[in-house]
Amino acid sequence: MPFYGVDLSSRLLLGTARYPSPAVLGQAIKASGAEVVTVSLRRESGPGRAGQAFWSLVQETGLRVLPNTAGCHTVKEAVTTAHMARELFDTKWIKLEVIRDDDTLQPDIFGLVEAARVLSDEGFEVFPYTTEDLAVADRLVEAGCRVLMPWGAPIGSARGLNNVYGLRTLRAHFPDIPMVVDAGLGVPSHAAAAMELGYDAVLLNTAVAEAGDPVGMAKAFALAVDAGRLAHLARPMEPRDMAVPSTPVFGKAALGD
Amino acid sequence: MRVFVNGDQRDIESATLALALNALGYGGKKIATAVNGRFVPAPARQTVKLADGDKIEVVAPMQGG
Repeated sequence: MPFYGVDLSSRLLLGTARYPSPAVLGQAIKASGAEVVTVSLRRESGPGRAGQAFWSLVQETGLRVLPNTAGCHTVKEAVTTAHMARELFDTKWIKLEVIRDDDTLQPDIFGLVEAARVLSDEGFEVFPYTTEDLAVADRLVEAGCRVLMPWGAPIGSARGLNNVYGLRTLRAHFPDIPMVVDAGLGVPSHAAAAMELGYDAVLLNTAVAEAGDPVGMAKAFALAVDAGRLAHLARPMEPRDMAVPSTPVFGKAALGD
Repeated sequence: MRVFVNGDQRDIESATLALALNALGYGGKKIATAVNGRFVPAPARQTVKLADGDKIEVVAPMQGG
């Protein structure tokens, strides 16, 4: 399913923060097979001008960037950051975050919907970081979002899919909206589970960046995303309460007394 | 005049945002700017006049999730 008209062959979107070094980041991006990397905007201070070096690294990858509004707590902050991102990265894409709670990084869903409407009206292509709440998702679509990014769990928590029922319901309710599970994944099986639910992609960062071997973990996530997608397309069997022997009973030798 | 650049107090002589950015070493860099919380697009930097106490934000691409 295309993301605002863009077809991606990789279903893994990768964040660029918290890696042990720029070299490891570059290798992890390559190992992940990601075609989209997320970036942020931060103050460029000090003689080192760190942002310029980081931008060179991103440009070398040749990948599409998805700038975020991470850390924004108000509609005004998020909208202004989006304006800066559009100019800086020359893209209409924006990963919209409006945060309410600093402990859980839970989005301010009211501010999120409002900012999504403002930015969509201005021609941005909004990727909203939201919860699995169906009503909020409906409001976001109404506001102009054509991609939804519900969390699996709080950002950086590695807890996986906290509310499988909610995520499944959301997927079923919006069959034509590309959906990405964004945040909270810790291990590749979490990503596989999201893909098995029928999600179009996953977005992760910390699970790769803070692994003992980020490059190895990037590869593991890539395989899990592909496995989960294939499993979804192969239509998994329904779970049931009672055992059903896989080996046929018919034809079993009569060996009892 | 005294302004704030990314939260740090600076004394500058420059009349416009563009001149201030050059004087501060940001010339030709990949940056985006805001003054007093309002985005200033690159083409407008030459026309935005600075005043005492202005708060200038200069951001660049950084790692993000």
